[in-house]
Amino acid sequence: MKGMSNIVKTVTRWVAPFIVAFGIYIALTGHLTPGGGFPGGVIIAGCFVLITLAYGKDKVEQVLGLKTAAITDSLAALSFLGMGLLGCVLGKAFLGNFIQSGFPGEAFELLSGGNMPILNLAISFKVGGSLFVVFAFLALFRVIEED
Amino acid sequence: MLTYLLAFILFAVGLYSVINKRNIIKIIMGIIIMEHAVNAFFILVGYRAAGKAPIMIQNTSVKEFVGFSVDPLPQALVITSIVISLGVVALMVTLAVRIYQHYGTFDITEIRNLRG
Amino acid sequence: MVLIQVFLVFTIVAAVIAVEAPSALSSVISLGAVGFGLSIAFLWLAAPDIAITQVVVEIVTLVILIRATIGKGVTEIQGNESKPMLIGSLILFGLGAAFFANYLSVFPDFGKSAMDIFSNAPSEAYLQFGLEKSGGTNIVNDILLDFRAYDTLGEASVLFAAILGAITLLQKRVFYEEHKEGVE
Repeated sequence: MKGMSNIVKTVTRWVAPFIVAFGIYIALTGHLTPGGGFPGGVIIAGCFVLITLAYGKDKVEQVLGLKTAAITDSLAALSFLGMGLLGCVLGKAFLGNFIQSGFPGEAFELLSGGNMPILNLAISFKVGGSLFVVFAFLALFRVIEED
Repeated sequence: MLTYLLAFILFAVGLYSVINKRNIIKIIMGIIIMEHAVNAFFILVGYRAAGKAPIMIQNTSVKEFVGFSVDPLPQALVITSIVISLGVVALMVTLAVRIYQHYGTFDITEIRNLRG
Repeated sequence: MVLIQVFLVFTIVAAVIAVEAPSALSSVISLGAVGFGLSIAFLWLAAPDIAITQVVVEIVTLVILIRATIGKGVTEIQGNESKPMLIGSLILFGLGAAFFANYLSVFPDFGKSAMDIFSNAPSEAYLQFGLEKSGGTNIVNDILLDFRAYDTLGEASVLFAAILGAITLLQKRVFYEEHKEGVE
């Protein structure tokens, strides 16, 4: 699968880090501003989709291999489950907010909300990894010949 | 009342495409339009006239926040639904690509040899 | 409040174009217009979370649709399935609209939410105790990750199952005995 012209490659190289940073910002401050884990994960996947379209599939394997993305996705889902079981162990219910009731943070700050920023990050890595893997497989499996 | 009927008309357009079209891609697009219509209907139910977004700002008491905010519960359900529809679309497009590889066409009247 | 109706009508027009356009590429682009028009309607309905999610998900849906299906070898298939089905479905939609209008007569007006009608609606408890019990100021995210976190776990597993199914179907080794031409 070949990439696109030189203009697209140069613009992608300049813009891609900002897209990843924006995605992590929306996922991380989900408990203060609109957004949350799900849009943040889809934005991160969108950045890697952009790199796949602009450079072709061989180059994107050096940036983020498919195996790494699949392992990240599974680890993020397992860590979500792990946080839930940790809440069960430490006295509150399954998936209870044990950090906020143990060490309450101030309102309107980044470290308030207890469990929620950690769960937001886990969800964003899960969604981003899944969508990137399925797009890479679909782009590789090209039955219709290109122009 | 008219606004709810608009959401139903969008659902009917999607359902018409699923029932009546021969191209698999048009059937997939019909399912996508039906999902959009259902999400829109949920948010329309939870709207309060002259309401504001359910995000607290500083120097507002909780009592007036409950007074002018819209319903946050349908919005939480709809975020989940939108992301699930993305996974479903990926699976449907995978099936369509496999059908094209096996039969050579996207026409559903020619892929009906499920016997034998 | 008339802006909400204007954007919904724009969405309906774009959906009709997407369904009826003969060329495959223009109908997929019209589908993008459906998603973006709906996202602006969500902004006027005071749901900024949903607007961000809808825009981003619509972009990825468009890229998946275009990348996997549009190309030189796809022939354009015109026409509908059959005439009696067309007339039958139009009659059924008329009946459905009549039933829906009858149901709407006992529904509250557009603009009154559940909190105005019922005295112990759960949304009121979420809005009142969201900040002091969870510590986050975005009440929607509070509901998703603290009050109803089990639903988020279910959603993550549904997404996992769908992607797993899609990846399994795309392996080349599984369907090795099929004819190999056409596969890169």
